[in-house]
Amino acid sequence: MTALLPTRKDEAWRYADMAGVARAWPVAPEVIDVAAGEALARLIETDTTPGGASIRHFAIHIAAGGSLTFHILNAGGGYGRVALDVTLDAGAHFELGGVIIAAGEQVLEIVTTVTHAGPGATSNQIIRCVAGGTATATYLGKVAVTRAGQKTDAAQSFKALLLDRGATANAKPELEIFADDVKCAHGATVGELDATALFYLESRGIPPVAARTLLTRAFLSDALASIADDATREAAEARVTAALEPRL
Amino acid sequence: MLKIDNLHAGIDGKTILNGLSLTVNAGEVHAIMGPNGAGKSTLSYVLAGRAGYAVTGGSVTFDGQDLLALAPHERAAAGVFLGLQYPVEIPGVSNLMFLRTALNAQRTLRGEKEASGAEFMKLAKAAAEDLGLPYEMLKRSVNQGFSGGEKKRNEMVQMAVLEPKLALLDETDSGLDIDALRVVSEGINRMRSPDRATLLITHYQRLLDYVVPDYVHVLVAGRIVRTGGPELAQELERDGYQSMAA
Ligand SMILES: Nc1ncnc2c1ncn2[C@@H]1O[C@H](COP(=O)(O)OP(=O)(O)O)[C@@H](O)[C@H]1O
Ligand SMILES: [Mg+2]
Repeated sequence: MTALLPTRKDEAWRYADMAGVARAWPVAPEVIDVAAGEALARLIETDTTPGGASIRHFAIHIAAGGSLTFHILNAGGGYGRVALDVTLDAGAHFELGGVIIAAGEQVLEIVTTVTHAGPGATSNQIIRCVAGGTATATYLGKVAVTRAGQKTDAAQSFKALLLDRGATANAKPELEIFADDVKCAHGATVGELDATALFYLESRGIPPVAARTLLTRAFLSDALASIADDATREAAEARVTAALEPRL
Repeated sequence: MLKIDNLHAGIDGKTILNGLSLTVNAGEVHAIMGPNGAGKSTLSYVLAGRAGYAVTGGSVTFDGQDLLALAPHERAAAGVFLGLQYPVEIPGVSNLMFLRTALNAQRTLRGEKEASGAEFMKLAKAAAEDLGLPYEMLKRSVNQGFSGGEKKRNEMVQMAVLEPKLALLDETDSGLDIDALRVVSEGINRMRSPDRATLLITHYQRLLDYVVPDYVHVLVAGRIVRTGGPELAQELERDGYQSMAA
């Protein structure tokens, strides 16, 4: 644990709310160790205290053949950051589904570094963001493949919906590859709610806020689809709906 | 039921409807025919309340109330249904969820009791069967992966479940093969009743062989230039729109 406060000169903190960082500092990393061949699933939700500042930092190691399915609901308070440092051994798998719902002046971030340290490891990251007001939603995703990481298969997908002119979405994929036989794919799009789809829903009798909620929830659900347990997924979707409604 | 009086409307500063007047009484079926670009879809969007269309003159009353003062979802609850020329795909929202949300939103706004899950399912199943759309398809995302014909059948399934007073059907016949045209026409005819009305917007006379209208209107350059009975559709088919120029 470092006591030294980061600055915005540091790439990983360039979009952060530094006043929020100062309030949340220092941060003790939470350790997750997935044993060889073990399969774990985690779902975390950031602190939603209005105006609060929280940083969660996870140091994750997935041993050979293990897998971790990790889901993040990041909807608040003032500054909310979830950072994951993941190291994958041979044949390990890391699955991330991240949802950011930002409104007002919120600054919400998901920052990942996934290191493929052994051969044949796979990772898949799906991040979906909604930002309104003058909020900032950020995803920084770094994939590192060491010399040992042959046959790596790493994918990242980021999509953001901006609900207002003043809202911002930042996505920055970064690749650092030292093996020659790897597959790394990433895609990022930023858009708005489809006006034609909204009209279609409204023309059938669905009021505007409900129509926006329905479309936004569908958009975000991509990131939750990998929650295997039905009850957990439905509970997560309900949390997303509850977080969305006051913001639309 | 519907009274359009000297309607002027447009989009992006361009006038498209140019003094359109039309009265539709309960129990009637009216067909509006016209060449591409005449303003047929614009009329349907203005009546349904799509954002972006500006009404610059005239009035529209529906069941005695000012239709243009209502938001789109309020118009739907009042009984207006628009079958789109190009139905929209909505990934991640199932047809059943969409339709049930719509039905119950309308009922709530009208102060009626919501449909239970069982009641809704019965309605949706019956409608899907009548229109030859496998019920299983309704579990998929709205219109996603549907063929052109399936999308139009789906519009009619929605109409059958929502039971509007006034159906505005914008080129519901285009893109349909002859079998689909027959099924969709039967769907429209089933909805005919003394307290409902239908406005069929079409480019071709073909649909009117199956759904025989009480009146046919010819729309050219944003105005109705002629009104007649079903025989007018045949005349148009023979002579084209050229002879109708205002
Ligand atoms: N968004 C728009 N901006 C400007 N002009 C438009 C727009 N949409 C339609 N138009 C024009 O309005 C006219 C009428 O279009 P439309 O109502 O779609 O006709 P129809 O359905 O009869 O073929 C056409 O000339 C078309 O090009
Ligand atoms: Mg048209």
